[in-house]
Amino acid sequence: MSLNLQPNLKSPDDAYAALLEAHEGLSKEESDALNARLILVLMNHVGEMEVIRKALEAARE
Amino acid sequence: MAKIFETALYPYRRHPDQDAPAPVRHPVIVVGAGPVGLTAAIDLGLHGVPVVVLDDNDRVSTGSRAICFAKRPLEIFDRLGCGQQMVEKGVVWNVGRAFAGEKQVYEFNLLPEGGHRRPAFINLQQYHVEQMLLDRLRELQAEGAPIELRGKSRVSAIGTHPDHVTIEIDTPEGSYDLEAEWLIACDGAGSPTRRMLGLDFVGRVFEDNFLIADVTMQADFPTERWFWFDPPFNPDQSALLHKQPDGVWRIDLQLGWDIDKEVEKRPENVIPRIRAMLGEEVDFALEWVSVYTFQCRRMERFRHGRVIFAGDSAHQVSPFGARGANSGIQDADNLIWKLKLVLDGAAPDALLDSYDAERVYGAEENILNSTRSTDFITPKSEISRIFRDAALHLSERHAFARPFVNSGRLSVPCTYDGSALNTPDALPDGPARTRPGSPCPDAEIAGGFLLDRLGGRFTLLAIGVDATPVEAGDIPLDLITLASEGALLDRYGRGLYLIRPDQHIAARWPGFDETAIREALSRATGNTP
Repeated sequence: MSLNLQPNLKSPDDAYAALLEAHEGLSKEESDALNARLILVLMNHVGEMEVIRKALEAARE
Repeated sequence: MAKIFETALYPYRRHPDQDAPAPVRHPVIVVGAGPVGLTAAIDLGLHGVPVVVLDDNDRVSTGSRAICFAKRPLEIFDRLGCGQQMVEKGVVWNVGRAFAGEKQVYEFNLLPEGGHRRPAFINLQQYHVEQMLLDRLRELQAEGAPIELRGKSRVSAIGTHPDHVTIEIDTPEGSYDLEAEWLIACDGAGSPTRRMLGLDFVGRVFEDNFLIADVTMQADFPTERWFWFDPPFNPDQSALLHKQPDGVWRIDLQLGWDIDKEVEKRPENVIPRIRAMLGEEVDFALEWVSVYTFQCRRMERFRHGRVIFAGDSAHQVSPFGARGANSGIQDADNLIWKLKLVLDGAAPDALLDSYDAERVYGAEENILNSTRSTDFITPKSEISRIFRDAALHLSERHAFARPFVNSGRLSVPCTYDGSALNTPDALPDGPARTRPGSPCPDAEIAGGFLLDRLGGRFTLLAIGVDATPVEAGDIPLDLITLASEGALLDRYGRGLYLIRPDQHIAARWPGFDETAIREALSRATGNTP
């Protein structure tokens, strides 16, 4: 399985707004912790080490 | 040459109403002769409803102000008979680009399909739009339409009653009273009508300032909407460039919160900013400068008994998305046919509650979109800025991130899903874009365009199915039969559509059923709850 870097969300605006809403009212430290948890949850959902490696590369570029 | 907005186009003239022994009662009074008030007045005039328009001024608005007029309002102006002049004068555009720093990160085409008479947008200064509406109003007056426009007439007091409204009007020759069966307040964001009635207007203030500069120059930028996040000429802030007619360009620069507005507006401060953007070699002249802040807010209800609010008086949004004037014109479009039916006794006054429900729904959609755009353009927290910058960073390389880039989601008409006027969809396999509540998408048909055949009255649109005329008592119902082919097939499929006078779809069926049509028409006019 390869990493999908094409648009894949039905409503990107709704998804983006939900992400920001989750951070609303949090301190920077709390936001960082939320992001860390979120990444771990999504990594597990992806489940493929190869895809995760490619995602890490894309994020580091 | 005097500029158009320096000319008194409807100067004060004494009216016999001012010398009447008792206040004269009019069916409809419109307060405010801006784009929304004039749209309402022309629509009423076309319906033969006598209307008096009052404005505290006697000329079109100063400065370009609203410049982006969207496809849907242009279609409304077509119905009113003045869309063509606007499109001819306006700068047509469909494409927008967003840049981060100097790199393009996102591009959109707002009208990727053909078969529409009108483009996604034209840019046209608000004063030109108002002037063309005034020209149309004068033309209709000459043909006998019962429209009156009174300049230098400021509403100074208002009283509400169960079956009418009383107002006091200040003029250069003193004040007089009038009565109206219905009053439409189109008197802008600072609405004196709203204030005099002590009504709410709550929402979010955005702590930011933006500089608008209209400049005249000879430049070869394309006719597209260009938006920059963090450009080198305005670091850490945004910028927007847009072309208007007459060689005028709109430049919009984010300034931040802690600034002195009066100082920023001075030419000696504005000119270097513009020069930094355009380059040393470009000659330009300042046409109009303004510094604005904005809010996203609305009235809880747009109808208060016999007083109805439309346009900025009822709702306000940030300018990113061109959802201000465009939504106000759609308010008028939604309201006037309903008011006409109520005045004729063909519908109960509860029909006007559907104006409130539908346009509050529209305003909510506009506020949601414009708030999201604003949060992306001017992130309100550190984490929000981190995500914004991450999206911009990723969008340079990866397609998936580009739809996150939000420099304004531009005005499209809303679908009135869930409106009490809709009849449940009897063609659920038909195209989703023409489900009940939707604005009719245009399509090229033999001899012209579909939308030119619709509007002003209820219409049965039979596409690829047989239908016969239906006599519906007080409510005129036209019948148009078309073959199901080309864009029409793609956008409507095959079926029978009931179209409202504002070109929204009220009901659709796989075939002709007279009983169902009568029921749907009754529901769409508020006669059946």
